[in-house]
Amino acid sequence: MIRLERRPTPSRLWSGISPLVAVVLTMVAGGLMFAALGKDPFEALRTIFWDPIFGEFAWYFRGQLLIKAGPLILIAVGLAMGFRAGIWNIGAEGQYIVGALCGAAAGLAFYPAETRLIFPLMIVAGALGGFLWAMIPALLKVRFGTNEILVSLMLVYVAENLLASAAVGWLRNPESSGFPGSRNLSRWEASANLEIWADTGIHWGVVAAVVAVIFAQVMLTRHLMGFQIRLAGSAPRAARFAGVVPGRLVVVCLGLAGVLAGMAGLFEVTGPAGQISIDFASGYGFTAIIVAFLGRLNPLGIVAAGLLMALTYVGGDNAAGNLGLPAAAISAFQGMLLFFLLAIDVLTNFRVRMGRGVAA
Amino acid sequence: MKFMQLMAGALSLGLASAAYADGHEPVKVGFIYVGPIGDGGWTYQHDQGRLAVEAEFGDRVETVYQELVPEGADAERAITQMALGGADIIFTTSFGYMDATNAVAAKFPDIKFEHATGYKREHPNVSTYDARFYEGRAVTGTLAGYMTETNKIGYIASFPIPEVIQGINSSFLHARKVNPDVEMVVTWAYTWFDPAKEADAARAMIDQGVDVILQHTDSTAPQAAAQEANANGGRVFTFGQASDMIQFARNDDGTPGPRIASIIDDWSPYYIERVGAVLDGTWEQQASWGGMPEGEVVIGEITEAVPAEAKAAAEEMIAAITAGDYHPFTGPINKQDGTPWLADGEVADDGTLLGMDFYVEGLTGEIPN
Repeated sequence: MIRLERRPTPSRLWSGISPLVAVVLTMVAGGLMFAALGKDPFEALRTIFWDPIFGEFAWYFRGQLLIKAGPLILIAVGLAMGFRAGIWNIGAEGQYIVGALCGAAAGLAFYPAETRLIFPLMIVAGALGGFLWAMIPALLKVRFGTNEILVSLMLVYVAENLLASAAVGWLRNPESSGFPGSRNLSRWEASANLEIWADTGIHWGVVAAVVAVIFAQVMLTRHLMGFQIRLAGSAPRAARFAGVVPGRLVVVCLGLAGVLAGMAGLFEVTGPAGQISIDFASGYGFTAIIVAFLGRLNPLGIVAAGLLMALTYVGGDNAAGNLGLPAAAISAFQGMLLFFLLAIDVLTNFRVRMGRGVAA
Repeated sequence: MKFMQLMAGALSLGLASAAYADGHEPVKVGFIYVGPIGDGGWTYQHDQGRLAVEAEFGDRVETVYQELVPEGADAERAITQMALGGADIIFTTSFGYMDATNAVAAKFPDIKFEHATGYKREHPNVSTYDARFYEGRAVTGTLAGYMTETNKIGYIASFPIPEVIQGINSSFLHARKVNPDVEMVVTWAYTWFDPAKEADAARAMIDQGVDVILQHTDSTAPQAAAQEANANGGRVFTFGQASDMIQFARNDDGTPGPRIASIIDDWSPYYIERVGAVLDGTWEQQASWGGMPEGEVVIGEITEAVPAEAKAAAEEMIAAITAGDYHPFTGPINKQDGTPWLADGEVADDGTLLGMDFYVEGLTGEIPN
């Protein structure tokens, strides 16, 4: 009989190597799946993991990795602060959408002016939009004790409908003869969030993600607010005695996540996505939740997790397009990676015992 | 940017000339799909077109496709990746790929791009193509006018864009022509494909007394909702959309099902023509808008649930449109507010149709804005 026995302290060894073990297991299981689909498993795995970084067209794909990882990391860092304090903001997708809407609207109000002031104004508007959208669950929780998981999640659907109405209505490009979608912000010099260095994939959103990671790391380890966040998550009662005001913590954590998600939306709509369209929301807000946990709610871990997620997307698309793998197989492969990461994680806190044990 | 653009250009040139050197073959044909190829609707039909290209040209072509490509930032990467992979012509099969297609086309001047349902052709290597679905709507509208007993027909609309408004107007005009008492209920689903939403819309309309449902969304959920209503003593008819949806023409026990006809998007003739042009080296930029005469819009089997008189009227309509004798928007037609649009015998011009943002007289409700 196999039993799990709780370790007295989490294993540092397993905490360190579990992501590697998970990746290896994913490759084995995924390779079997690809083989079952009649594809060469080694070629498939090489296309997903190797080609985007070292392959023939790596000069293009490396930049794409950063474009994909940037918003994931930016949003996940904000979410991780709240998750550490036990505040569950599931609605980053909505904050991301509203940030993009507010930022785009603020910029388009000045169309077709050409001044460099417009882009910074849009960033502020985007951050503010995300912040205000996050304040709805925050204030409802503080004032009426509502559940922020439900409220923030429900607000995603509201945001999606706002997005649809903006794309076909109030932000629609007046020169599009009735077709949905706003003006292309990445083609208007005043609002374009282009690559800062050509073909590196580094646009202002990626820079913002790096700044956010450093800021979050410093705050968590060096600042009183970071201490309060960690304390509230690990020992809520002790936190009260230490002078943590729960309401203020809720507002700060949700607000911070909202600001970062809103900015991510703005950088996306002015850069890679280019316009407000019905399909602008691409799930970054939800994927970022996975990235936050994959990165152990640690800002530096989130960077690694964000890059890994980006690799499975970019490499997965690469395999789907070039090897004719069905999209569902790629999704299943990504699911395997997350499954193995979480499953192997058990070994950090538990050890496996074989044979008949004495009931503990 | 400049250096990389040059590199990308040089690279694509290298790949393209490799294909050209040995007499263009095999030409690599790429397809970018918005849905899964098994959606039984829009994407399925495009993939049938891809298979038709393979069947037509055999070893002279190689096709690749990528399904479920979101219409946002990911589209540009997916198209670029296909271009880097050596495609000679790439069909991007959804409206939302418009800007991405043009952006990638700028970087790969030697690769041909074909964007479905869009209007931007910013570079000489970008063509657009669409189909005159409103021609098919004239036929289904006629059938709807005959089949309704409650004189209430329903339309599940996706987004308030010209193509959808053309469909609503065309269906309504032709239903009214054969049944002056008919009213139309329009429900906006704000989606192209969402079985749950489409089923809700269908059920809500059935509850309001609608007994014929037309749809401009791609799932079979409305057909299933109608089948369910009929199993409970209802009498509701539907039309297949984009694909034939023939599985709803008959119930499991062999009795007639809710689907009485369908509008099929057949992209095969267009894809074969355009890939053939690349093979011959005669490909040129164009904006194509084919319909029933070109075989791009096809009416699926009209079932035995339809009375002979109605079926004859529908077939007459098909013959007239296919022969080019009849245009579904032929005056006299007034706009919803009563102002004249087309005089007696006047035919709508393509420019007005492509920007259509108004209902015709008799429709109730407003186009959301």
